[in-house]
Amino acid sequence: MKSKDSVQEEYGRWEETTLKKALERSPERRESFKTTSDIDLKRVYTPLDREGLDYPKESGFPGEYPFTRGVRPTMYRGRFWTMRQYAGFATAEETNRRYTYLLEQGQTGLSVAFDLPTQIGYDSDHPLCTGEVGKCGVAIDSLKDMEILFNEIPLDKVSTSMTINATAAILLAMYCAVAEKQGVPLDQLRGTIQNDILKEYAARGTYIYPPKESMRIITDIFSFSKDHLPQWNTISISGYHIREAGSSAVQEVAFTLANGIAYVEAAIEAGLDVDSFAGRLSFFFGVHNNFLEEIAKFRAARRMWARIMRERFGAKRPTSWMLRFHTQTAGCTLTAQQPDNNVVRVAFQALAAVLGGTQSLHTNSRDEAFALPSEESVTIALRTQQIIAHESGVGDTIDPLGGSYAVETITQEIENKALEYIHRIDEMGGATKAIESGFMQGEIADSAYRYQKEIEQQKRIIVGLNEFTIEETPFTDILKISPEVEQYQKEKLNTVRGQRDSRKVTDALDRLKKAAQGTENLMPPILAAVKGYATIGEVSDVLREIFGEHKEHTVIT
Amino acid sequence: MGERKIRVLISKPGLDGHDRGAKVIARALRDGGMEVIYSGIRQTPEQIVATAVQEGVDVVGLSCLSGAHNQLFPEVVKLLRKQGGDDILVIGGGIIPYDDIPYLTKAGIKAVFQPGTPTDEIITFIKDNVGKSH
Repeated sequence: MKSKDSVQEEYGRWEETTLKKALERSPERRESFKTTSDIDLKRVYTPLDREGLDYPKESGFPGEYPFTRGVRPTMYRGRFWTMRQYAGFATAEETNRRYTYLLEQGQTGLSVAFDLPTQIGYDSDHPLCTGEVGKCGVAIDSLKDMEILFNEIPLDKVSTSMTINATAAILLAMYCAVAEKQGVPLDQLRGTIQNDILKEYAARGTYIYPPKESMRIITDIFSFSKDHLPQWNTISISGYHIREAGSSAVQEVAFTLANGIAYVEAAIEAGLDVDSFAGRLSFFFGVHNNFLEEIAKFRAARRMWARIMRERFGAKRPTSWMLRFHTQTAGCTLTAQQPDNNVVRVAFQALAAVLGGTQSLHTNSRDEAFALPSEESVTIALRTQQIIAHESGVGDTIDPLGGSYAVETITQEIENKALEYIHRIDEMGGATKAIESGFMQGEIADSAYRYQKEIEQQKRIIVGLNEFTIEETPFTDILKISPEVEQYQKEKLNTVRGQRDSRKVTDALDRLKKAAQGTENLMPPILAAVKGYATIGEVSDVLREIFGEHKEHTVIT
Repeated sequence: MGERKIRVLISKPGLDGHDRGAKVIARALRDGGMEVIYSGIRQTPEQIVATAVQEGVDVVGLSCLSGAHNQLFPEVVKLLRKQGGDDILVIGGGIIPYDDIPYLTKAGIKAVFQPGTPTDEIITFIKDNVGKSH
């Protein structure tokens, strides 16, 4: 093996001769090359960049601490990632048909998109819901809708992810109730609730209650699930929405893990042993355009979380150290211009997620700059994943870019920069404080504005948007949600209200109120209420009355 | 005293929380020399109109990514007219299909900007159209 000195010597020689001549003939495209996180990319990375690093400590082996190379010992040689397209629109009836279609097309897990009234705890006939019912997801008012949504879908066979936060406890309770009706024991249920309220305050907006009360609901869910739903991911700590709101890759990792730390602290404070719940924590990231930075981001996040759980929280079980994550390609990178180009963007992003070792993946559809995807578009998106899995061969060896001088160095730089942020957030008193003070929101908004300016000043080229543009005919072949959905949903809701045993509902809601006023776990009374067909709005209103509502302070800097 | 600055209210009607675009636009308009009020998310059309009238704005910019624009945007225009705000320029943006634009324009939304619109284009549109009878 050549010594360090000889590489250094050779590097100097190359710079003075071959490189110098080339630069004299023609300069490089730019003075400097940076990633979205302002990481300066070197012209070329060499063994010199990996000098002095301890391989077992920094990288290790797949399935072992610190999991830089992947959380499973065999990764995709064992089985591919779960192909899980986020879907939901209009009514439970229509969405059930889309799920059945996607499963027939080879999708391997479900991912439920709920409409905003469901996410914010309003029934479909609430005055604030005008125009929103069934629009950006499926409308769920009561257990009746959930029964229809999963009609003929065996919950012991399919895993289901639900993007639900402020009302996660209610939807999880409904899912349990549907399983019970299907005769599936709760300990066989596999899936995820997003249940990540901190990023709702920071980036996504579907909060209801103030932070403290929201954290109590979350830790109640952790506690209930460890006893009854051992295979359920009780939270999906999400960087995706932070990234979509405009953050850089480093900010995405830093804020997500800072939020993760806040949940772990809250659960420990609520009296749970770290190893009793940490293994069921899961994560969700976006995957953006900068290919190498994204791959490095996933590797860095895994290593950081392993160290945080083991060193900071003293977790002892290896499953507590593992950062398992879902990935979605970046919706904000889709262009309304030349939308077919989005198919290509999504393919590269999806490839980066796979090279980064994701456990499950959603690929966006080309038409999502206009509306929810059409069946044709979502099929292309699913096929993109299947092509990567079955044709590209990248899953045949684990973490194939591990050891790349460039990827390893960027991984290290992302970790360093993200740790700086986490230290700053720790000094502020943790993620909840950093969100209450508007710190995270401000950092995200600054990055979003910078990104927009870079595009407008042509410092950043987006193909078809600010370069290579053409005159286009409007793209109109998109999914439309009929305005009749709202009326249909309201009628269905009224029927449910008319047919249920209203005494049972009142009793269950009273019991929930008492639990909310005290310290009893909220899950059992919520489960009793939804089984009696109490609606989302009714359950949420009980908690609104006791917990109050969060109000956002918005400042434009 | 210089020329009075154009006053703009940027708002998010409905339940949608995706505020990246609204915040970027608010900042770009402010950097473009306008006075900008950003209402935050989850505003009802009634709240938006009350703020617009109270603050005496020249422009209301609405952002919606949830698909509820066809109900919410026209409602804002209707209520503005009721309250004598006919001269306020109303514009919108978000995830809005091409097919919906004629309906919105007819309802009094003077321009609908889709993803990818340069902020300069919006600034120019406002400057060219503000204060004209609507």
